[in-house]
Amino acid sequence: MAKIPVQFTLNGSEKAEFIDSGTTLLNALRDKIGDTSPKGGCHQGTCGACSVIIDGELRLSCLTLAETCNGAAITTTSGLAEGGVLHPLQRAFLDTFATQCGFCTPGMIMAAKVLLEHTPNPSRDEVVEALSGNICRCTGYEPIIQAVLAAARANSQNAA
Amino acid sequence: MELRKNYFADVRKDDLHEIGQPRPRSDSPGHVTGKTAFFADRSFPGMLHLKMVRSPHHHARIRSIDTSEAEKHPGVVKVLTAKDVPHNVYTILILIQIGPEDETVLADGKVRWKGEAVVAVLAETERAAQEAAAKIKIDYEVLPAVFDMEEALKPGAPLVNEYHGQNYYLYDSGECRKVRFGDVEAGFAGADHILEQSYQSSPIEHAPTETTGCVVAPEGNDRFTCYTNTQAMFFTLDNTSIILQMPGSKLHFVGGTVGGGFGGKVDVIVEPIAILGAKLTGRPVSFVYSREEEMQISSPRAAEKVVIKDGVMKDGRIVARKVTGYTDAGAYSRHSPYGAQKGAGHYPGPYTIPNVWIDTYCVYTNRTPSSAMRGFGVTIGDFALEVQMDKLARLIGMDPLEFRFINAYRDGDMKAHRQPTEGAALIECMQEASRTANWPVAEKFMAMSSYRKGA
Repeated sequence: MAKIPVQFTLNGSEKAEFIDSGTTLLNALRDKIGDTSPKGGCHQGTCGACSVIIDGELRLSCLTLAETCNGAAITTTSGLAEGGVLHPLQRAFLDTFATQCGFCTPGMIMAAKVLLEHTPNPSRDEVVEALSGNICRCTGYEPIIQAVLAAARANSQNAA
Repeated sequence: MELRKNYFADVRKDDLHEIGQPRPRSDSPGHVTGKTAFFADRSFPGMLHLKMVRSPHHHARIRSIDTSEAEKHPGVVKVLTAKDVPHNVYTILILIQIGPEDETVLADGKVRWKGEAVVAVLAETERAAQEAAAKIKIDYEVLPAVFDMEEALKPGAPLVNEYHGQNYYLYDSGECRKVRFGDVEAGFAGADHILEQSYQSSPIEHAPTETTGCVVAPEGNDRFTCYTNTQAMFFTLDNTSIILQMPGSKLHFVGGTVGGGFGGKVDVIVEPIAILGAKLTGRPVSFVYSREEEMQISSPRAAEKVVIKDGVMKDGRIVARKVTGYTDAGAYSRHSPYGAQKGAGHYPGPYTIPNVWIDTYCVYTNRTPSSAMRGFGVTIGDFALEVQMDKLARLIGMDPLEFRFINAYRDGDMKAHRQPTEGAALIECMQEASRTANWPVAEKFMAMSSYRKGA
């Protein structure tokens, strides 16, 4: 089968790969590029574990064809820490014990990051709404909500 | 976090250094940075993908299997059937002498539940494996199936599993696990009221976000490293050793990182066949359940039926309790004989009842094999028992919480299965619940103690 070239930036660095047509962005990231932070939980767009940010928008990488991402800027959870310093969301997830098995965590952090970019001081309801596409089967939703609210508070204190 | 130090203050050495202190979790930094290595985060050059051909029937004889078209499919490297598995008939708990071996790794001559694994296809890509699996031709003779536990126990019901010879697990105590304590019939005879109710539950799927699977890499020296999300590393290693007739020293299991388990990943299902594939091809092998397989194929919590008959006095004392429990194992044992046995020990609940009779049956049906899930053998029983407690309280016109104080077990009470109660805390839990839920009870109950005599 003829391969298709695809080129995009991933967490700020240029990536170029030849892929089979129909390859999902999730599989391209995990199997070709080696960024395994997006997780495959359902491969049908229902669990949110594969969430990534494409050009500022929250996307399900299991339902996104890699070939549609030419020229895009893609962000994943593995790219959030800068110079070994955790992103405020990562710090907040640690501090509020918002991880259990950890499988949904990267997707949760992606959804939360897009929320805080659009809504720096969200209400609890807005946090719940923003995370509603992400399933945590350990059912640790409350600490996750608290983590996002704590990260928003930390951001606004830093900005003040 | 708040520690209520007023409870058990006079009997506790108050030297807690860790409890009550928040400590960072060692795995969290990996989780929040996406660096935690789950099994599927490992891949190896030349890795093959395994797809399973599954039974479309609940119960059927296999007349023939034709793999020839699948073997010719581009990208297919190996097709495995029952004859390729060195020790094909196994049971997980044989490691603790709970037999007989009753389950096939790949179906041999017969399938006993819809979804049972029959043929394994190994191919260069997931897609090739899937396409080839669709080309396997299996000729089935469909047999009558049974899905209801009480139907399965009737004479003349279709026999689900020949390795047992009857549709229930034969314990050393006979057709069920039994607890006999006091004289239950005398207890009923002296009771003011009798209440008999039956409770039923459906199977429940754990639905972990990470599906069941493993990645196996041959090490080139006849050793195999298996990256797995099993919740039972040593059970899996030892059972794999039996199934593949390989010494455990040839098997290196790497795991402990589980993307949600809840008991659903304690069975030994994916690892032996994936390691066999790696052994026979010399290639790394990935076998990962699809979401559909996770929902339809992986063991759920067993369906249960619980029949409870209680004798109760007007003053609130339960004087007799008779329980018959049925655990639907599905077609194979897995952990269900243990779950049903656990139920037998648990069914009186955390209550002191002088006359108890319990029978629990582990029943085979043509349903998906069930197995462990959070408190299996106990959780559904607790649901039934506590609903029954509320009904009993209503029957005698008593507050349901006060009714539980009257019957709560306390240190020194003999339990029905002949273990004296030690370290009980039910009364203290209920006192705290009474305060927290603002559900007041009489002062004498708030003055009770699980361990102080006379209180």
